[in-house]
Amino acid sequence: MIYAGILAGGTGTRMGIQEMPKQFLPLGNQPIIMHTLEKFLFVPDIDIVYVAVHPHWMTYFDDLLAKYIPTQREKIRIVAGGEDRNDSIMNIIRDIQTAGAVSDRDMLITHDAVRPFVSYRMIIDNIHAMESGNAADTVVVANDTIVESIDGKTISSIPNRTHMYQGQTPQTFKINSFVQLYENMANDVKKTLTDACKVFVLNEEPVVLVTGEYSNIKITTVTDLKIAEAMLGESVQ
Amino acid sequence: MINRVYQLIRPYSFSVKYEEFLIKNQDTIVVRPHYIALCHADQRYFQGNRPSKILQQKLPMALIHESCGVVVYDPKGDYQAGDTVVMIPNQPPHHFQFGTEFYENYAKGGYFRSSGHDGFMREFVTISRDRIVRYSAIPDKVAAITEFVSVGVHGITRFKQVAHSRRKRLVIWGSGSLAYAVATLAKEEFPDSTIIVVGKNSEKLRLFSFVDEVYDVSELKDDFTFDHAFECVGGNGTQDAYREIIRHIQPQGTVIMMGVSELEVPLNTRDILEKGLTWIGSSRSGRTDFEEAVRMMEKPQIHARLNLIIHESHPIQEIQDIYHFFEEDTVTPFKTVAKWDI
Repeated sequence: MIYAGILAGGTGTRMGIQEMPKQFLPLGNQPIIMHTLEKFLFVPDIDIVYVAVHPHWMTYFDDLLAKYIPTQREKIRIVAGGEDRNDSIMNIIRDIQTAGAVSDRDMLITHDAVRPFVSYRMIIDNIHAMESGNAADTVVVANDTIVESIDGKTISSIPNRTHMYQGQTPQTFKINSFVQLYENMANDVKKTLTDACKVFVLNEEPVVLVTGEYSNIKITTVTDLKIAEAMLGESVQ
Repeated sequence: MINRVYQLIRPYSFSVKYEEFLIKNQDTIVVRPHYIALCHADQRYFQGNRPSKILQQKLPMALIHESCGVVVYDPKGDYQAGDTVVMIPNQPPHHFQFGTEFYENYAKGGYFRSSGHDGFMREFVTISRDRIVRYSAIPDKVAAITEFVSVGVHGITRFKQVAHSRRKRLVIWGSGSLAYAVATLAKEEFPDSTIIVVGKNSEKLRLFSFVDEVYDVSELKDDFTFDHAFECVGGNGTQDAYREIIRHIQPQGTVIMMGVSELEVPLNTRDILEKGLTWIGSSRSGRTDFEEAVRMMEKPQIHARLNLIIHESHPIQEIQDIYHFFEEDTVTPFKTVAKWDI
């Protein structure tokens, strides 16, 4: 089985709008998350699309679904988002496990709800990457020089840019591999994890690179939202 | 959902447009293009070989009107996700009545994708239910040229309705892709007729192994003759082709005109009158032609023959590959197709 997991557990504080998580803000004629969700619903290889939503917003999201995507409800499951990204992922996995046995080939394609410009090609490439590994990360070549500063005041190192990539989503992994590695990690290490791929990297498990696109932006700030609106431009109906 | 539309913004220059689409009614189906095929018309836009006024009017525009794809969503559920279909680029006006003596592809007020309306170079295509035709037993890269084959079907349909009943010798004039497709269809459709191909390019003519007679136009004898003709030349060679057809055709024959010429073509009208010829203009195609094309192409010998004129270019995975696709087409003798993987 191929599952997708749209991660929408955030509460939107970075947008400066406390009330409304950013994935629910409109882009064109629909909330951002509906654009993202529909793209995954249009991939025939995907069996079920999970959406992890902050518990306070689950009913709200359910109402949005009824309004915007009333016909494909049987392919969508909603679970409560966790305290952090991997916690949300584990909530999705627990629901998958409750529904039935998980085979070693079953995969979960995780994706940020606030990246509505993800393409069909990226999703398919993530699925195909599972033929050569247990985990995959969508990346773009870093155009800007990355500098590291430990103290936040001066540069401590400048890594070689030719080896630098910027991580996007989707991130995809075989469910059983992820669970086995994640559950064997100490709780304090788990808290340092910013994404699913790091679970594999810390365990020295290879993570396959999938080519992303610069247009696959993450709408996190008001500026990002303005860029996204400009990208849609006059084509908004 | 946010869709990606790959538009030609000016000759030799593509750009991506992000476009929101909402599924507004139960008749809209979402299709993911799987293979695309190039047509001379696309190439003319790409190279800027259209009058500048036309280019200004029509660009930016997504090219390509030959494509097969996979259904990803049907609100009614008539089609399952994963069903393979060919897409019909012609969209007649809403008031058009099907099933009469008039054809949808000549109706005023409609539109044609990749001619004033975005074609199939998109991440997803939203299309009316009656503008797709399901297929199963055709290899995908051959199914990509169904629109092209349906144009041949339409020409033959027009011919069957108009031409007199003596159809002993039928000529297909031309040695390109259209001639090949029409000859393939004619051989199947008229098993009792002698199917003849006349062309200029001897290399290409070698491929027409299944027809009864093949001639290089320079070798035609004065007594060479036939009952009816399908002109599949187009372009600069059209005038020569018409002159030779008029010279050799039997009286009261029918000429189906299928090649596109950007220039006006002088005609020997004296001999057309003297021989009492019938001239039929035939272009594009409609749903019934697509259905017939699919029915024919599902026959193994038909899709195996068509496969011979198809060159599969590299899969299109990024915008740069689109340029490569168009450039490679200029050095391939027949049809160029590519997997749409972007």
